[in-house]
Formats: sequence, structure tokens, C-alpha cells
Amino acid sequence: MNQQKYIEDLKDIKEMMNKSSKFISLSGLSGISAGIIALAGAYFAWETIYSKTGYQDFNRTLLSFDQLIQLLAIGFITLILAVGFGIFFTRLKAKKSKENIWDSQTKTLVINLLIPLISGGVFCLLILLKGYVGLVAPLTLLFYGLALVNASKYTLTEVRSLGILQIILGLTATFFIGYGLIFWCIGFGLLHIIYGVIMEIKYTS
Amino acid sequence: MKDILKDLNKAFENRIRLGIMSALVVNDYLDFNALKNLLGVTDGNLASHLKSLEKNEYIRIQKEFLDRKPNTKYSCTNEGKAAFLKHIKAIEQLLK
Repeated sequence: MNQQKYIEDLKDIKEMMNKSSKFISLSGLSGISAGIIALAGAYFAWETIYSKTGYQDFNRTLLSFDQLIQLLAIGFITLILAVGFGIFFTRLKAKKSKENIWDSQTKTLVINLLIPLISGGVFCLLILLKGYVGLVAPLTLLFYGLALVNASKYTLTEVRSLGILQIILGLTATFFIGYGLIFWCIGFGLLHIIYGVIMEIKYTS
Repeated sequence: MKDILKDLNKAFENRIRLGIMSALVVNDYLDFNALKNLLGVTDGNLASHLKSLEKNEYIRIQKEFLDRKPNTKYSCTNEGKAAFLKHIKAIEQLLK
């Protein structure tokens, strides 16, 4: 009986199903770099918000228009840098394993990630303009988590757990309003770094 | 034992045909180049295996034009899906 052949067959089938329907080149380094950039961004945001107010006024700060613009700029630069490095490391990994980075799987992944993400982004901008500054951090976490859960069907399953953690964090942050930046650091900074390290250990061997 | 062997499908004995079916059952459709990249085979080789699967009516072929270039999409028929699942089940039974 050529049992070995059938074991190989099953392995092949599983691998082909994964490879053909999921985007698997996502690099752990992308997560780590995104986390570090997020922490740096949070530091600059902290400076912008709290440099002129004392530590005691910590959680009831009012933002001036200038500060708001500066915060938006920091947010935007952080986003560009994080996404840029993410793409860079993922490309590097795809090149190493000789996989095509921009195929139909990537497209489905990106589209499914962007639908909740852009809705959330626009929503956060709108409430920011209405003056609900404190809600921005919790809501970005919440929408980011939802986007990850939505996109996780098309990539590594660990992304789903990361998304669920972000959602929990976002909801908790809504309750402890005023400490948004701290939760933001945990979610976008710490969780990304931890996730990246786990991915690197698990898939680079 | 005999019954299980009967469920093993000759059409899926070949590595490449097995790969084509695995990819098509989890995707709505794939085009020729996507399959080629996934399996890492030559055009001629892939085409002949696709043809034989089509003859068995396990896959469906749909031709269309994308930016005036011909593009062929392959998808799995219901019979193909059923036959493939039966084949996997038979393998799993054998290994038990």
C-alpha cells in the first residue's frame, strides 16, 4: 500500500487550498515596524497635547485648532510610514519565497480590509470635527479590529485574534475615556509588536 | 477496503490535476496564469490537464476579454466538487 503517497497528497491539497485562497506572505516584521512607528507617533501626539498642560489636567484636555491640525498630521505620517514599512517587509518576504505579492488574493484581502477601515476613518474624522476628541482613539481601535476580523478570512488566521483583541481594547477605551492615548499605544504599538514577534517565530524557521 | 478503493478517483491521481482541483474548490474562479503560478508548471502541461478535467466535466471554462486580451477563467462544477470531496474522503478512510 502506498500510504506515503496519500499522506503527501493530503498535504498537497491542504497547501494548495491555502496558497490559492489566502494571502500568506504577511511578514512578522511588518507588525513589529508598525508597532514601533505607532509608539513613536503616540509620543509625538502626547507632546502635542500635553506639553502645555500639566500632568494633573491629563484627562480633560481641550485641543486648540492648531493642535488638532498637528495631531492629524502626526496621525497621517504615522499611517503612511506604518503601511509603507509593512508593504516593504511583506515584499521582501514574498520575494524570498518567490510568491507573487499582487494577485487576486491580495486584492480581496485589501478590499475587505479597507471597507471597515475607511468607513471608520471617515467617521473618526467627522466626530473629530464635531469636537469629540476623546472618542477618536477608542473608535480607531474598534474599527481597526473590525477591519482585521473581516480581512482575516483571506490571510493568516492569527490576524483574526489580533482583530478581536483590538475590538476589546477599543470598547474598554470607550469606557475609560480620557486615557485614549494609552489604549492606543497598547493596541497599535504593543499588540502589533507582540503579534509580529509571534509571527516571526512561528513562520520563520 | 475494496469499496474505499472504488471511491478513489483516477482523474485525481495526477499531482497537477489534484492541485488544480484543490485550488478551484476554494476559489470562485481562477484564470490560467493564476493556476500556472500556483502550480509552477508549463503552459502546455497545464493546458492538457485542464482539458482532461474539462472532459470529465469537473471544471468549467469561461472565455472573455480583459482590455482586449483573451482571458480564460476556470471554475469547478458541482459534479467536480462532489467527486473531489469523495476522493479526499476515500484517502482519509485509507489512512485510518
